[in-house]
Amino acid sequence: MTAATASAPAKARKTKVKERQDWIGIPFCLPYVIVFLFGTIIPLFYALYLGFFKQQMIGGSSFVGFANYLKALKDTLMWTGFGRVFLYFWIQTPLMLALALMAALMLDSQRIRHIAIPRILMFLPYAVPGVIAAMMWGYIYGNDYGLFGQVAHALGVQAPNMFGSQLMLFAIANIATWCFMGYNMLIYYSSLRVIPEELYESARIDGASELRIAWSVKIPQIRGSVMMTLLFSLIGSFQLFNEPNVLKTLAPETINSSYTPNMYTYNLAFTSQDANYAAAVSLIVGIITMVLVAIVKAIGNRWDK
Amino acid sequence: MSAATVSPRKASREEKLAKQDWKNRQRNMRRAEKAAQRLKLTGRQRVMSWLLHIIMAVMVIYCLVPLLWLVFSSTKTNSGLYNSPGLWFADQNVFFQNIHDTFTFKDGVYPRWLLNTILYAVAAGLGSTLIATFAGYAVATMRFPGRNWLLWITLAFMSIPGTVITVPLFLMYSQAGLVSTPWAVILPQLSNPFGLYLMIIYAQTSIPISLLEAAKLDGASQWTIFWKIGFPLLSPGFVTVLLFALVGVWNNYFLPLIMLQDTKDYPLTVGLNVWLKMGSDTSVKELPNNLILTGSLIAIVPLIICFLFLQKYWQSGLAAGSVKQ
Repeated sequence: MTAATASAPAKARKTKVKERQDWIGIPFCLPYVIVFLFGTIIPLFYALYLGFFKQQMIGGSSFVGFANYLKALKDTLMWTGFGRVFLYFWIQTPLMLALALMAALMLDSQRIRHIAIPRILMFLPYAVPGVIAAMMWGYIYGNDYGLFGQVAHALGVQAPNMFGSQLMLFAIANIATWCFMGYNMLIYYSSLRVIPEELYESARIDGASELRIAWSVKIPQIRGSVMMTLLFSLIGSFQLFNEPNVLKTLAPETINSSYTPNMYTYNLAFTSQDANYAAAVSLIVGIITMVLVAIVKAIGNRWDK
Repeated sequence: MSAATVSPRKASREEKLAKQDWKNRQRNMRRAEKAAQRLKLTGRQRVMSWLLHIIMAVMVIYCLVPLLWLVFSSTKTNSGLYNSPGLWFADQNVFFQNIHDTFTFKDGVYPRWLLNTILYAVAAGLGSTLIATFAGYAVATMRFPGRNWLLWITLAFMSIPGTVITVPLFLMYSQAGLVSTPWAVILPQLSNPFGLYLMIIYAQTSIPISLLEAAKLDGASQWTIFWKIGFPLLSPGFVTVLLFALVGVWNNYFLPLIMLQDTKDYPLTVGLNVWLKMGSDTSVKELPNNLILTGSLIAIVPLIICFLFLQKYWQSGLAAGSVKQ
């Protein structure tokens, strides 16, 4: 019954809208459409197109069908890189988002005084470029004069070799966590601020503890933000490039040119000069990332219900 | 005439005093309330409260220590970096010497990089934010064909990894002869789908359509309405998107790394990494670690200042963005 009553005015509104169109909206959107076309859509299709060709020693490029794509799907270097960023995602993202959520809930608990100070201080690392953060932490990790070396020396123990193959992913995960924890915290905090107070009041009257309220009322209320940050972190993890590319200078034995899929495509295009194959690999990496994004979104939608 | 200028000053002084008095009273009241609240806390709650403060302090320290380390490092000579505690000064404080050396090292290439970074960030950041504001305003307040299309395509392509398109972008730009020019860094970054998404949400929540309708009835053109009514209402959202766009461009490494070939065109992120890579060059005796670190510090200060001073705007912008998800 409610559906029937709701649809009638909706229909009326729709026909009314059709009568009155603001054509002026198109010029307002035109600059965006142009930069979006040239910045995103066209390069994407150009990558697809490039993947169908191969550069010959003599006679320019020739059409090779799906050869590049098939080669990429069987490329162990690409899949090793993929496995690595997948592992990295599991190391880095859950911990960072949990810490950010915890910090936001603590700031929102009204038990902490002068919250503006920790809030801005925790956010500051976001303003540090990833490359500079990687350089800085690279120095800090160092055994000679880095903080790690000094602390270990003071304690009389051997400093962990952060540049070894076992700890490298953790070293990178720590850099990314340091950069983005405060940013995610701020997103959670701003969505916690807009939850109506009444929701807690009734829970408090029922005798729920603050921890219980945080878990059963606050977190479900901000699940939209949690999903958004999760998706950003997923995309960021699979695009990993800056940190390993900088640390490569400091740890050339651990980080090779195909450490992550992105470093692999970069080196294919600019060191091996094989732009066609690089385009095919980057497109496949992009498609797998988008599939993963879609899966996470689908799981998130189920959570919504 | 002098009397005239003195008296308002006096009045304003008195006003200030009164204001201060009021403020003090308010603060005392708040303190008293808080003290009362604290008394009401049970023992267990008090322990919890302590625990919260300690955890928070640890997190803040984690975020701050590397920055403090960077500040201390910028006051040291290259050998001082090795022989002094990381979180304190060395015997010799050479902060100003380091700044001077950073700016003059390698024929003064650092100030070039700083200017390039500012140019790219302002051009691409301001440009992309303005473009997203126009489109976001139109999508949120007007009905025109293609409106929903724009929204859906933007949402769908927001999750495309930016680096997927960078290699084809490079090939496109090299055919157009734009590679190795500032345009190759600025133009691709004018497209900001996430900025558009935020602007749409912000415009939907902060612009009352009735206000626009009233202005239209008064005969104002859409262009005037946008600048006179829409834009002022959108300003916190504009500052938020602008700041995050500035950070995005300022911090970008991959795109300029690929697009630029001349050292003189580099932004700071790529340039500083060139200095770091000098370590693998055997002809270089000693890596200028102190200059790399001082250069890094100078590179992050402008953004930190922006965030601190514009706090009021971007925090309200973020809050409005989170109303609707």
